[in-house]
Amino acid sequence: MAVQALKDYDFPPADTVDKFHGGMLLNVGWDDHLMFCAPFVYCLPPSTPFRELCEKILSHSFGYHPDWARVDFSKATWLKSGQPFVPDMNKTLAENGIGHKDALRLQTPGLTGIAGSFS
Amino acid sequence: MDMQVAKKKLSLKEKYKLLTRDLGWDTTYHTKDEVFPYVKYEGIKVHDWDKWEDPFRLTMDSYWKYQAEKERKFYAIIDAHAQNNGHLHITDARYLSALKIFLQAISPGEYAAGKGFARMGREFPGVGTQVACQMQSIDEIRHAQTQIHALSNYNKFYNGFHAFADARDRMWYCTLPRSFFDDALSAGPFEFMIAIGFSFEYVLTNLLFVPFMSGAAYNGDMATVTFGFSAQSDEARHMTLGLECIKFMLEQDPDNLPIVQKWIDKWCWRGIRVLSLVGMMMDYMLPKRVMSWKEAWEIYFEQNGGALFNDLARYGIKVPDCVAQCTEDKEHISHQAWATFYQYGGAAAFHTWMPNDDEMDWLSAKYPNTFDKYYRPRFTYWREQAEKGNRFYSNTLPMLCQVCQIPHIFTEPGDPTKTCYRESEYKGEKYHTCSDGCKGIFDNEPEKYIQAWLPPHQIYQGNCFPEGTDPTVEGFDPLAKVLEWYHFDQDNLDFEGSRDQKNFDMWRGMATKNT
Repeated sequence: MAVQALKDYDFPPADTVDKFHGGMLLNVGWDDHLMFCAPFVYCLPPSTPFRELCEKILSHSFGYHPDWARVDFSKATWLKSGQPFVPDMNKTLAENGIGHKDALRLQTPGLTGIAGSFS
Repeated sequence: MDMQVAKKKLSLKEKYKLLTRDLGWDTTYHTKDEVFPYVKYEGIKVHDWDKWEDPFRLTMDSYWKYQAEKERKFYAIIDAHAQNNGHLHITDARYLSALKIFLQAISPGEYAAGKGFARMGREFPGVGTQVACQMQSIDEIRHAQTQIHALSNYNKFYNGFHAFADARDRMWYCTLPRSFFDDALSAGPFEFMIAIGFSFEYVLTNLLFVPFMSGAAYNGDMATVTFGFSAQSDEARHMTLGLECIKFMLEQDPDNLPIVQKWIDKWCWRGIRVLSLVGMMMDYMLPKRVMSWKEAWEIYFEQNGGALFNDLARYGIKVPDCVAQCTEDKEHISHQAWATFYQYGGAAAFHTWMPNDDEMDWLSAKYPNTFDKYYRPRFTYWREQAEKGNRFYSNTLPMLCQVCQIPHIFTEPGDPTKTCYRESEYKGEKYHTCSDGCKGIFDNEPEKYIQAWLPPHQIYQGNCFPEGTDPTVEGFDPLAKVLEWYHFDQDNLDFEGSRDQKNFDMWRGMATKNT
């Protein structure tokens, strides 16, 4: 479907990658840990190593949770756009095929939040 | 001597006829289509504009008379409230947060509705419609004004009230009602009427006003109760206009039905998303509760709204598709919304807190299916951490829905343990939505929603700092600059330890104690 309009209706999107000063948007959520009310959005250079995302950037955001210290990235699984995704920790976001405004979901089976409430 | 014969006084109906008689002339220099260019492109077919009657037939002189009377009463009470330190008669200073979110998020919506109806008064060709829309426009501006005046008394004493006008444009959670009204204002006149006149004013208004005004009454706030009453008598007129409009569209041509149904589906969903704010206000922000969000939903939507849709069934209108989802959501959204504001309380212009034991028990009793299972463990943990000096504040910006602009806080249908993710692609760009409802709206008009002003994205683009900010200087702190741009002055963070809490306790103590 398309918008109904009297004249041509063609306006640029507000969030194209060129507007982020060399960075790109990346959304990351941690399944079963709703204590973080929503996934986070980051603005990162595509050259960020995946390992740095996990160990530094996500740690800063999720570190408050008592489960975070027990996350084992060698066993964690990921979804990208809802599909299974196997990142290489030693490659960059771009080399892993992660693009602007992608959404990643981190899954850590066995960790089910505060008192098993998925919080 | 000639006898003066008193002229017969005109009846209201006659006055109305004279008022509107000359407004509906036939144009000669320009065609009707040129004078009213917006009434056809949405696809609504109208064969006879005269069929749209203004059921109130209110003339200007009686309109001014009624409104002036209400204003006199309103300002008398507001004066008394100010002179008697009415701000100290509220139950507890936590209640102020409910007023702050009302002023920041709802009053600008009244003003936006005023703008919208002023435009509709020009864009619709029917005379009855034009007059009714113009009066509603003045009403809406009056509502915004009386709300601002009533709450200005609180602004003399407390934080969070002083920057509501800029908050409308800047504050991350104010973009949620703002985007709702901008979406309606940028639609055609018929869609606007379904969005605001029907879905919001008719189907959902009781869920907005009754909780706030009853909440004010329960919590000793006469100022807010008074503006509620002053606005309420206008609402009957607004609701009738909304209902007249929908019946008019449906009676004019059978081809209008699918278009109208699509708009009802869209705008009920969008309106209900905005009402998440009201849900958390009822369940968490009122020290003295009126009823739970779930109970309000059952009375005002499921029962009253159900009756309305039964009424419209004869035109072929169905209850919006989203109702099944909403029935599930009524058990969750207020808790999900409050958890969001609690953790982003560093960037909200009102105070947040965790419920005490009594309040947790009230929530358990009102939400036996969900509160203890999903939310109490989280809230209890946060409270314990706060008591240890480790109060939880999220330190990273949240992912937002492209349509409703609420962070992705809602859960999968059927599974309240999993965040709901929906994704669309349009011209090579990805867009995320929080639900099937919002994804459907996006996919239907992607050209519109790709322009959304999403606060986290705008912050990362560098558009949310005070003028002249240089983000490249050594030690630049983006969050501090964003809060400066929001005009924060101790408006944020937990209620515990806030200046509002201290001042309220001190002033009330002076009024009730001798030391």
